[in-house]
Amino acid sequence: MSDTPTRIPLQSPLGRVRGLGSAKQGSHHWWIQRVNSVAMVPLMLWFIISVATMGGKEHAEVVAWIGHPLNATLLLLSIGLAFQHAASGMQVVIEDYTRSEMVRMAMILAVKAACALFGVLAAVAVLKIAI
Amino acid sequence: MATFTLPKNSTIGAGKTYKAEPGAKNVKAFKIYRFDPDTGENPRYDTFEIDLDKCGPMVLDALIKIKNEVDTTLTFRRSCREGICGSCSMNIDGMNTLACLKPIEDVKKDVRITPLPHMPVVKDLVPDLTHIYAQLRSIEPWLKSDTPPPPDEERRQSKEERAKLDGLWECILCFCCSTACPSYWWNGDRYLGPAVLLQAYRWIADSRDEYTGERLDNLEDPFRLYRCHTIMNCAATCPKGLNPAQAIGKIKQMIVERQG
Repeated sequence: MSDTPTRIPLQSPLGRVRGLGSAKQGSHHWWIQRVNSVAMVPLMLWFIISVATMGGKEHAEVVAWIGHPLNATLLLLSIGLAFQHAASGMQVVIEDYTRSEMVRMAMILAVKAACALFGVLAAVAVLKIAI
Repeated sequence: MATFTLPKNSTIGAGKTYKAEPGAKNVKAFKIYRFDPDTGENPRYDTFEIDLDKCGPMVLDALIKIKNEVDTTLTFRRSCREGICGSCSMNIDGMNTLACLKPIEDVKKDVRITPLPHMPVVKDLVPDLTHIYAQLRSIEPWLKSDTPPPPDEERRQSKEERAKLDGLWECILCFCCSTACPSYWWNGDRYLGPAVLLQAYRWIADSRDEYTGERLDNLEDPFRLYRCHTIMNCAATCPKGLNPAQAIGKIKQMIVERQG
């Protein structure tokens, strides 16, 4: 329930529940989050196994591996999905636990900006090696 | 932020203890949440020692015995005493359930009873259900159809169509599920909660209803519907053994279905 009211609200309970009406969205976010999670399963398996098997290899060998077109493509896909997954997951957490609309919006935008920044940064790093 | 601790005026203090009659052999202690809005005092736990040899088997029997014989000011809702009216829903031994269906012997230690969690309390074990009833009203829980019923006949439904309502029509609106849901605790002002969403699905799944699309439109909202994160407390606590989370999942599925 919301914070303890300091004055008696006179709006009818039904009026309060109907509020501004349905946003008529949310399904896309929910569905993409599921599709994203499933898509990450093979990508993350590939990524973890690849990184694990490269343990102890020389710097040049690792750079060559990243530079391979197939590896670079899969890395870019992993980066995109991982940061998108992080942003949409954090959005749900923020929506769950923040009460003020302003704080909520500011935090969601900040998280999305950070994810975009680090995602593009990671992608540029891969591209710099690969191209 | 969501409120994780009780506000100062809601912290629960120690209350009175009512001893069992001398000579009672089979004594069980009931620690019951007491709150009187008229005194302005914080809530407290009163302890009532009850001789189970002189009491019925269910927690509701003990509550009625206390009200009749020990403290007539103890306030709680009850009506049918057989799990069909949904009035006596409360938190017993840490789990939301109906007092009339909860055997005292199922609770090993003292029986701790509080009102349904995270709801405004009117008095003692009586929560204020105004908001949740308004939420139920908002999903229009009745048959909506533009086609008039056949003359001198009821609206027809095949056995298969009727079977889709099983697991939905049994809900008695005790709100054990909604008040057990953390998402409803944090965002109950906008999230409809498992009980109301199960009712919404009961009319979406009804083959006689012609407003399925409008019903889905009204639910498609990040807060009204998508606060459900399949925590499953609703299904775990339902005294009727229903699964509101599954009904919510089906609503989400139908909204995706109509897009593709």
